[in-house]
Amino acid sequence: MKIAVLVFPGSNCDHDAYHALKHVVSVDAQFVWHKEDSLEGFDGVVIPGGFTYGDYLRTGALAKLSPVMGAVRRFADGGGPVIGICNGFQILLEAGLLPGAMIVNESLKFICDYVTLRTETSRTPFTRTIPEGTRLRIPVAHYQGNYFADAETVKRIEGNGQVVFRYCDVAGNVTSEANPNGSVSSIAGICSEKGNVVGMMPHPERCTEPEMGSADGRLLFESMVSWIKENAR
Amino acid sequence: MKARIYVTLRKGVLDPQGKAIQRSLSHLGMEGVDEVRVGKFMEVTLAEMARPEAEKLLEEACRRLLANTVIEDFSFEIEG
Amino acid sequence: MKNVVVTPEVAKEHGLTADEYARIQATLGRDPNITELGIFSVMWSEHCSYKSSRIHLRKFPTKGPRVLQGPGENAGIVDIGDNLAVCFKMESHNHPSFIEPYQGAATGVGGILRDVFTMGARPIASLNSLRFGRPEHPRTPFLVEGVVSGIAGSGNCIGVPTVGGEVFFDECYDGNILVNAFTLGVVRHDRIFRGYASGIGNPIIYVGSKTGRDGIHGATMASGEFDEKSEEKRPTVQVGDPFTEKLLLEACLELMKTDCVEGIQDMGAAGLTSSTFEMASRAGTGFVMHLDRVPQRETEMTPYELLLSESQERMIIVARKGREQEVLDIFDKWDLDAAVIGEVTADGIARLLMDGVTVAEVPIAAVTDEAPIYDRPVERPAWQDDLNRLDLSALPAPSDLSESWLALMSCPEMADKKWVYRQYDYMIRTNTLVAPGSDAAVLRIKGTRKAVAISSDCNPRYCYLDPFVGGMLAVCEGARNVACSGAEPIGLSDCLNFGNPERPEIMWQFRSAIEGISKACETLAIPVVSGNVSLYNETMGKGIYPTPTVATVGLLEDADDRVVSWFRAEGDLVFLLGAERVDVELGGSLYLKQVHGRVAGVPPAADLAHEKRLCAFLKSAASKRLLASAHDLAEGGLACALAECCITRPDGPVGATVTNPFPESVRPDFALFSENQGRVLVSCRPADGAALLAAASEYHIGISQLGTVGGDTIVVADIARLNTAETYKAWSEGFANALGFGE
Repeated sequence: MKIAVLVFPGSNCDHDAYHALKHVVSVDAQFVWHKEDSLEGFDGVVIPGGFTYGDYLRTGALAKLSPVMGAVRRFADGGGPVIGICNGFQILLEAGLLPGAMIVNESLKFICDYVTLRTETSRTPFTRTIPEGTRLRIPVAHYQGNYFADAETVKRIEGNGQVVFRYCDVAGNVTSEANPNGSVSSIAGICSEKGNVVGMMPHPERCTEPEMGSADGRLLFESMVSWIKENAR
Repeated sequence: MKARIYVTLRKGVLDPQGKAIQRSLSHLGMEGVDEVRVGKFMEVTLAEMARPEAEKLLEEACRRLLANTVIEDFSFEIEG
Repeated sequence: MKNVVVTPEVAKEHGLTADEYARIQATLGRDPNITELGIFSVMWSEHCSYKSSRIHLRKFPTKGPRVLQGPGENAGIVDIGDNLAVCFKMESHNHPSFIEPYQGAATGVGGILRDVFTMGARPIASLNSLRFGRPEHPRTPFLVEGVVSGIAGSGNCIGVPTVGGEVFFDECYDGNILVNAFTLGVVRHDRIFRGYASGIGNPIIYVGSKTGRDGIHGATMASGEFDEKSEEKRPTVQVGDPFTEKLLLEACLELMKTDCVEGIQDMGAAGLTSSTFEMASRAGTGFVMHLDRVPQRETEMTPYELLLSESQERMIIVARKGREQEVLDIFDKWDLDAAVIGEVTADGIARLLMDGVTVAEVPIAAVTDEAPIYDRPVERPAWQDDLNRLDLSALPAPSDLSESWLALMSCPEMADKKWVYRQYDYMIRTNTLVAPGSDAAVLRIKGTRKAVAISSDCNPRYCYLDPFVGGMLAVCEGARNVACSGAEPIGLSDCLNFGNPERPEIMWQFRSAIEGISKACETLAIPVVSGNVSLYNETMGKGIYPTPTVATVGLLEDADDRVVSWFRAEGDLVFLLGAERVDVELGGSLYLKQVHGRVAGVPPAADLAHEKRLCAFLKSAASKRLLASAHDLAEGGLACALAECCITRPDGPVGATVTNPFPESVRPDFALFSENQGRVLVSCRPADGAALLAAASEYHIGISQLGTVGGDTIVVADIARLNTAETYKAWSEGFANALGFGE
């Protein structure tokens, strides 16, 4: 099993994703430079966080033009598991692989903190082993994580079961106080219609070991591994 | 030839920056500013070409990169 | 610029004195041209030459068995075993941050990061020590917002966690804020790089951002007092591009895995000039440089401008001859400019050409070695005696001590700094074992069992009242903070912020503080391996408190030995280390300042021998896993430290009840808030109590069992009590409330 960790100019959570995959979940992980145009031989793709191209113009707007994004599109069309984390999520939105867009946090400030997420669906490769309703403690670290989609789109993705995570309080209630950035419907993560492409603002790769304050992020990567094993071609 | 491109947030998209600026203006005692929407302004220099051609080019640039039409509208004007 | 005729007046406008100008004429044997004058003026500025401070800085103990690189390079390096070392430095960006807080702070962070990765180290953590004016000063909230978002904007984007620091407010900083940035990196012994232009014929390669007219004369600005016209100096503040810096970081580290590099240095203050002259000076070489080959962002730049520009994100590399293309290829991969702009020569002369025409030719030693050194007059200020007078018996006793206690917990100096650090990405790189909020931040070193603990410290009130003692106490507190985390202090970096050195009283403060730091470092065996001096922190004759900030680095051989500062579990026992220290010490205390509005008296005494034993004991107790928590007693004394132990617990506040360690004859307010040094509140599981007592006596550390953790009140004997929830609320909201950041 081989997982690609994409590296764009300005990616900065690439090493953390690599560490979580290689040294915690113990799968083969490889960095893939953004100028590559093929993901041949990979079983999963992680688009890590960071400030690709300095977040200039809009977050993720310039990274979507990199050659590797064509390969990601083909990989996703083929049903392969893709997860975009933080800036990776923003890139997937800009590339049109996921619906909606990101705007600046309601507080107008960068937020680095632990939040609680409620798992809304187990239909994705990254949540298939995480029962619906499971609460996860995962950190966020972003300036533009305020998820926006128009009412119609929100209705559609909710109806399709494309909302994967919502921000909630420790008891699992979705409240406006527990929403760190103003995201519509407290959405923290979504998936594509088929479910194989997931984007989320919180950072599972930062909490795969208990000494980091939580090991809940590990569940997502282990879920992906189990999905890949089951769907081995 | 030169062109000016304006990218603004679409109606209905919350603009936290605009809201904060509006509040600050009213704190400064400048009443009468009801709403502020923050957008981007870009100045581009184009090679000489026919006007319709330039319009087509700018339209495509805005759609494909300069604006995200999920949240943003755009307009442009060509000088001369 | 080209046609400017150099006269003594022009030299004066460049910040050079008549004597200094005469010295330039003598050493060249002629008048310098304008380009040469520019070179001398920046290289002989206080910022680059340390001309007022150098003779005093020599007093620092800089050697030790672990020291691989002491002061004089881009950053210091200390061995941590297993072929690994930590590379670190603290640096000021005070003046630019006052003028343009966002960019000033952002470029300060960017600059210190470059100082560390230029040595070959991968930066893993940053700290920031920030000092602002009164919270109620009209400019303070603006400066706080700007500086904090600038640090966030730079550090978060580059991907180096900002894991702690200090935020302090006092009216002495109303016109001169302090922004001191620290970065620590990890480097393999065999991958350490230094700033040497060695190897005759080796190419000099410029890499990074293009050069523009940014910050011309930033170095001389950083060495001059502010006046009403400072606002007009705005254009000289550099603008940072953290994205380019991130690329530069990755490109440099990638390059350093090859063996192409002979020497490398960041272009900091005075840009191209200081980097090339310093590198040649260290190596005893000369160079030829073609200024027209420097990548340029603006047109028609003169040699003068190219040499003095402070455009950010640029480095100079001296590569091995014949390996140029490898260097250029790596920078091309990262979309960065790179150009061969000159080569190393043997003759010790700097020859600068523009389009083939020589525009400056000066001996390197004349600029570097022969820079002026001043032994400026030193005089103890006349006001010092008055300052040190404090009649405690005349101090009115507050009617409600619990209320005073709560007021201290919510004052911005003591209150929760989450408003600040929530804007910093303190988790990235997944090494942060102890996040902001404890006595020191602790970071693991992946691939080993080791961790490092880092803390930045200085109590400016103590330094104002007695700079010698204040200097000692800054070192002691730093050592204590890392020791409370279970680490052994192994090195420190200093950032010495003072007023105008041309005033003898300021030089007295400066000299005394250095002597204090030196004495403490010698006794505690902590080498000073890097540092920075920021003078002229004065506005219209009003100087800051002497503020010698120290950043202390500690080593944990086993990361699992780490200790946090907050109480962990109900029922745990609470002990006070240094419990025998019961003289009332309120000079310069937070209590005196916040409750009585005074800064006076003599600071608490420093007992260096005790501090040394205390650090050794804490490390030993941590490694035996006897400590559930350990928290240094600092501002606000026992009462504030106890409350912090209770309310900073990440999984929610907890109460505690303790006895009063002071004799009954001591006034209760003094007992609560006396700032005796060398004291630490520790807690342990009930089963470990006996072992802890025995271990303390083995190290000759006075220890007294004060009480237990539990309940929902924080109680000191029958003197004062606080409700945990109320205290938590006051403490967590105090910072934003004081600065008007609430909604």
